[in-house]
Amino acid sequence: MTAPHEPFAGFDRTRAAGPGGAGWAEPAAGVRAWVRDLLLGARFAAGGGREGWTRTVLTAVGVALGVALLLLASAVPAMMDARDQRRVARDTLSSGEAVQPGASTFLLAETNTTYHGKDITGVLLHPEGPAAEPPPGLAAMPPAGRMVVSPALKKLLASSPLLRERIPYEITGTIGKAGLMGPADLYYYAGSDQLVAYGAGQAGGNAERETRFGAHSNSEVLGAVFNLLLVMVLVVLLLPVAVFVATAVRLGGERRDRRLAALRLVGADIRMTRRVAAGEALFGALFGLLLGAAFFLIARQFASHITIRDISAFPSDLTPSPALTVLIAVAVPVAAVAVTMLSLRATVIEPLGVFRQGVGQRRKLWWRLLVPAAGLALLIPLFGSVQGDARTNQYQIATGTVLLLVGVTAVLPWLVESVVGRLRGGPVAWQLATRRLQLNSNASARMVSGVTVAVAGAIALQMLFGAVSADFVYDTGADPARAQILIAASTTSSEETAHDIRQLAGTKGVRQVIGYLQSQATQPDAASRGGSVSDSAYLPVNVGDCASLRELAAIGADCEPGSTFLVPPSHGVGVEESLQYLEPGHRIDLNVGYGDRYSGTPVLWTIPAGTRTVAGRVDPSGSREWGILATPEAIDSNRLFDARSQIMVAVDDREPEAVEYVRNTAAGFGVTTYTRSISGTSAKASYTQLRRGLFAGATLTMVLIGASLLVSMLEQLRDRRKLLAVLVAFGTKRSALAWSVLWQTTIPVVLGLVLACAGGVGLGAALLAMVGSPFHMDWGGMATMAAIGSAVVLGVTLLSLPPLWRLMRPDGLHTE
Amino acid sequence: MSIGHTLLGLLESGPRHGYDLKRAFDERFGHDRPLAYGQVYSTMARLLKNGLVEVDGIEPGGGPERKRYAITDAGVTDVESWLAQPEKPEPYLQTTLYTKVVLALLTGRPAADLLDSQRAEHLRLMRELTRRKSGGDLADQLICDHALFHLEADLRWLELTAARLDQLAAEVTR
Amino acid sequence: MTAAPEPLLVATDLRKAYGPTPALDGAELTVRAGEVVAVMGPSGSGKSTLLHCLAGIVTPDSGDVRYRGQQMSLMSDGERSALRRTDFGFVFQFGQLVPELTCLENVAMPLRLAGRRRKDAEALAATWLERLEVTDLAGKRPGEVSGGQGQRVAVARALVGAPRVVFADEPTGALDSLNGERVMRLLTDAAHDTGAAVVLVTHEPRVAAYSDREIVVRDGKSRDMERAA
Repeated sequence: MTAPHEPFAGFDRTRAAGPGGAGWAEPAAGVRAWVRDLLLGARFAAGGGREGWTRTVLTAVGVALGVALLLLASAVPAMMDARDQRRVARDTLSSGEAVQPGASTFLLAETNTTYHGKDITGVLLHPEGPAAEPPPGLAAMPPAGRMVVSPALKKLLASSPLLRERIPYEITGTIGKAGLMGPADLYYYAGSDQLVAYGAGQAGGNAERETRFGAHSNSEVLGAVFNLLLVMVLVVLLLPVAVFVATAVRLGGERRDRRLAALRLVGADIRMTRRVAAGEALFGALFGLLLGAAFFLIARQFASHITIRDISAFPSDLTPSPALTVLIAVAVPVAAVAVTMLSLRATVIEPLGVFRQGVGQRRKLWWRLLVPAAGLALLIPLFGSVQGDARTNQYQIATGTVLLLVGVTAVLPWLVESVVGRLRGGPVAWQLATRRLQLNSNASARMVSGVTVAVAGAIALQMLFGAVSADFVYDTGADPARAQILIAASTTSSEETAHDIRQLAGTKGVRQVIGYLQSQATQPDAASRGGSVSDSAYLPVNVGDCASLRELAAIGADCEPGSTFLVPPSHGVGVEESLQYLEPGHRIDLNVGYGDRYSGTPVLWTIPAGTRTVAGRVDPSGSREWGILATPEAIDSNRLFDARSQIMVAVDDREPEAVEYVRNTAAGFGVTTYTRSISGTSAKASYTQLRRGLFAGATLTMVLIGASLLVSMLEQLRDRRKLLAVLVAFGTKRSALAWSVLWQTTIPVVLGLVLACAGGVGLGAALLAMVGSPFHMDWGGMATMAAIGSAVVLGVTLLSLPPLWRLMRPDGLHTE
Repeated sequence: MSIGHTLLGLLESGPRHGYDLKRAFDERFGHDRPLAYGQVYSTMARLLKNGLVEVDGIEPGGGPERKRYAITDAGVTDVESWLAQPEKPEPYLQTTLYTKVVLALLTGRPAADLLDSQRAEHLRLMRELTRRKSGGDLADQLICDHALFHLEADLRWLELTAARLDQLAAEVTR
Repeated sequence: MTAAPEPLLVATDLRKAYGPTPALDGAELTVRAGEVVAVMGPSGSGKSTLLHCLAGIVTPDSGDVRYRGQQMSLMSDGERSALRRTDFGFVFQFGQLVPELTCLENVAMPLRLAGRRRKDAEALAATWLERLEVTDLAGKRPGEVSGGQGQRVAVARALVGAPRVVFADEPTGALDSLNGERVMRLLTDAAHDTGAAVVLVTHEPRVAAYSDREIVVRDGKSRDMERAA
C-alpha cells in the first residue's frame, strides 16, 4: 500500500528533537500551561456546535456505560455477601440432638410449593414458650392460622386466587427487609397448631424443634463450573465495553486532528497539541464518569425488578466498595487520556495537515498470533480441572480468556488489511467501498473490533452453556405422558392414601390417579442378629391396587385382590444378600426400626407360596421399584413400618390450571405431603436466565458499537459532502451510494464476524476442555450472534441513509 | 513603444537596408500594425541627424530605400540605456471610457449597457488573441498573453466600475 | 461555431431562491450544439445556480429548462440522473475526484455508472488520459497528483462518456495561469473535436476568452451578449 498523504512524515520529529525547538517553545510546561491547554481542550469538547456536542455526548455515553457496568460488577461481591448474611440469619440449623421443649423453643416445618413455575417457601411455626424469638423481619411469631408474607408473595397472592386457596392463612403483615434475601423472595411464615415435634430418630411428628433462627454460615458452594461461568460472563461483557470505551474516546479523531493542525498553524507546539487533545478526552471521560454514576444509580433502582438465577437484590445491597469506586473514578479518565495519547503517537500533526505514520509497512501476523497463543497457553494447564467443587485459579482463567479475546482483535487489522487489499473490480458501489477500506483499513478494523470481541466471547459462552446445561439439564427417565404430578406423603396408611387418591380423582382436570404405599422389610432374624441395621437385608415393599402395581411391574392381567409379586432389581449390585429372602415361602420382618440399632418387636410376614416373579418397569416418575409388590388385601398396611405414599396424577391437557388444582388439593393433605411435577428433563431455570442475560448484554454491546459505527460513518459522509454532490452531478444513483455505504460497513463486520466465530469456537473449545466436556458446536448460538451482528450493520446503513440523502443535495456543490 | 530604439536595436546585429529593417520589424513586432515605409525613413533620418546611425553604403539607383544603415557607438550606448531604463508604469486610466461613463450617467443614458458592450468588445478581442495564441509559436503566445493580461486588467476595471455604478451615479449627479 | 441551428439547451425566465435571497431572478440562456458559452459575473451573482439548473441538478422555483426540446422539470429525478450520466459531463473547481480511486478508475467511473463493463470503460478511459497528456497518472490516486494534473483528469472524466454538454464550474479556479490555460485549451479542443457544447462558469476574462460567446449574470439576471449586440 502506498502512503500518499505522508510526504512530511517524521518532519516535525527531527525538528522537535532539537534542543532549541524544545527550549523556547514551551519552557518546562508548567502547571499553568497544563491547565490552560486542558481547559482549551475541554472547551473544544464542550463547544463546537451540535456536531461537537453529539460527539462528546457519544463519547460520554460510551464511557458512562462502561463505568456503570464496572460499578455494578464491583457491587456484586458486597451484594452476594449481604444476601448470604440474611440467608444465614433466617436459616435454622438442626443440631441433630433432641431439644427439650422450653420457654424459647418453637416448632418449625417447611412447606414449599410451586405456582406457575415460581417456587414459594413457607415456614410453619408454633412457639412452645413465651420467649420464642420470631424470625428476622418479623416482630412476633404469627399466631395459628395467620401468616406474615414477603411483599412479592403478597402481590402474587392478591393476583392469584388459586394460590390464595392453597395458602389460606390470614395475612397479618409483611416480612421486613432483614428477613428477605431479595425483593423477589416468595416467602411466608405461618402459625400452625398442627405441628408435632419429631420423635427420636425422626420417628413420628412433622416438625423440628428449634431454639432460635440464625445458622452458622455455611456459604453456598456454587461450584467451580459456576465460578467459571461468572468469570466468563464478566469478561465477555466487560471486554467489549472496554473496547467500546477505547473507540468512543477516539471518536471524531480525524476532525480533532485537523483542529489540532489549525492550532499548530497559529504556533502551538506538539506537546501543547497533545495536552489539548488530552483535555478533550478528559472532558468526555469525566462527563462520562458522572453520567455513568447516574446510570448506575438509576439501574440500581430497577434492580428490585430484575431476577437472575432466582437472585434479586435490594438497591441498597448494590453498593460498590469504596476502594473499587475510587479506582474506577481514577482509572477511567486516565485510560481515556492514555488511549488518546496512544492514538496520537502514530499521528504527526503538522501546521499544514495531519499525517499518519506506519501505514507504509504491511502488518505482520506472527506477533499478533502470539497474544491468543499466550492466552491458550494459560488455559491449557487447566484442561479437565474445572469440575465439581475443585478450586480453580480464576485469575488465570480470566487472563487467559482476555488474552485470547484480545488476540482476536489483534489479528483483525491484519485480516482486514490482507483481505481488503485483495479485493478488486466489482460494480462501482463495491469499488468505492473497497478502495475506501484499502486506504484506511485501520479505522474500520478498530471500529468492528468491539463487535468481534463481543461475538467471540458470546459464542464461546454459548458453547460452554450448552455443555454445562447438560450437567444441569438431565434426563430424569420419567415419562410425563403417564403422569404429571407426584405426591408423596410420609407416615401414612393405606386408608389415608385411599382417601387422598379419592380427593385427587375428584379434582378438576385430573384424568387418572394411581398410588401405592412404600415401605421396607428386612431379614427375619434381624432382631436377634444384633449389629447395625444397615448390615441387615434391605427388602422394599410396595403395596397398591392392581392398576397401580401395573405401573411398577409387568404383572399382566393376572392380578386380583390378594395377589403378590416379586420383582428382581434391575442390577443386583450390593443387594445379593437381600435376594435370598425374595423367594416364595420365605419369611421376612416388616419392622425395621428407626436409628442404627434394631428396635421394636419383629413383625413377621411370609411371602405367599406361588408368588410370581415378574419383570420390573420404570414408573411414571422415572424410578424403578423392586422387591415385594402386594395388593392391600395381601398385607395389612398397618403392619408396614413408616409407610410413605406415592401418588401419581395424570391431568387433562385441556385444563391449563389442572396442575395448580392438584397442588391445591394436595396442600390439604398435611404438612408431611410433598408435591412435585414430573418432567422428562430437569432444568435449572437459572441458566436460562443467565443465558438470556448474556444475549441481552451482547445485543446491547453490539447496539453500542453500531452507534459508534454510525457516528464515524456520518462523520465520514459529512467530510465527503462535496464529493457526494459531485457524484450526484454525474448522475450517480442514490442506490449506488447507499450500496457503497452498506459494503463499507459490511465488509469489515463480516470479516470481524468470521474471525469472531473462529475465535469464539476456539475459546469455546478451550473452555469445554477445561470443564472436561466433549467438543460440541453450538450452531444455533453462532447463527444468532451472527444475525445480531448483521442486524447492526443493516441498522447502521439504514440510519445513515437519511443523512446521506440530505448530503446528496446540490448545496454541497457550492464552493465555500 | 519607441520605434527608434527598436530599429536601432535591430541594427546592432549588423547593417541593414531600410527595407530589411521594416521587414525585420514587422516580422517580430508588427503583428498588429505593420510599419509604414515613411515612418521607417523619417525615423532613420532623425537617428542619422542625432548621430546614432550612419549610412553604410548606397546601392546604385538612388532613393531612400537604397540606403544601408549601420549603428554608431553612440547608437549602441543609446540602445543600452533604453533597455536598462525601466518603462514608466503608466497609470493606465481609461480616460476615454471613464469620460463616456460619466457622460452617460450625467445625461441619464444606460451606463451599464455601455460597460457591457465595452466588455463584449474586449472579450471579442481577447477571443481573437486566444485563438491566435493557440496557433502561434512561443513568441506569438507571449505577445498575445501580454495583450490578454492588459485587456483582462481593463475588463476587471469594467467589472468593478459596473459594480459601483450606483455609487458613481450618486457622486456624479450630486 | 457560431450559428448551429439546433438549440441544445434553452432556459427561460429561471427563478430560484435559497431561503429569502434570490439566486436567480429571471435568467435565460440558450446553448447550441458544439458551442462554448461562458457564464460570467461577479461572485454570488448566481452563475453556479444557473449551471446547476441547466444541468438538472437543481430544480428552479419557476421558469423552464428544455434539453433537446424536453422540459427538464417534468422529468423524474431518476430520468434527470440518467441524463446526467449519458448526455452531460462535469468539471468542478477542485475536490471532485474520488480520493480512493486511481485516476484511471476516476475517469472510467461515468462509463461504469452508465453500465459499461469495467474493462471497456478503463480502456476508453486510458485513451482519454492519453489525449489529455496524463497517461502516466493512470495508476496514481488523486492525492498524489498536482492540481493541474488533477483538473486534466477531471476533464478526461467529463468527456469520456461522449457527452453533448460539458458543464465546467470554475475549472481553472484553483490553478495558476499557465496550468489554467493548458486545461482550458485541452478542454475546448477536446470539446470541439467531439462536438460537445461547453457551459463554462468563470469570473476570469482570460478563461472566458476560450468561449465562443459569453453570458453575463448579475444579481440573478442574465444577459446574452450576443442577443444584446
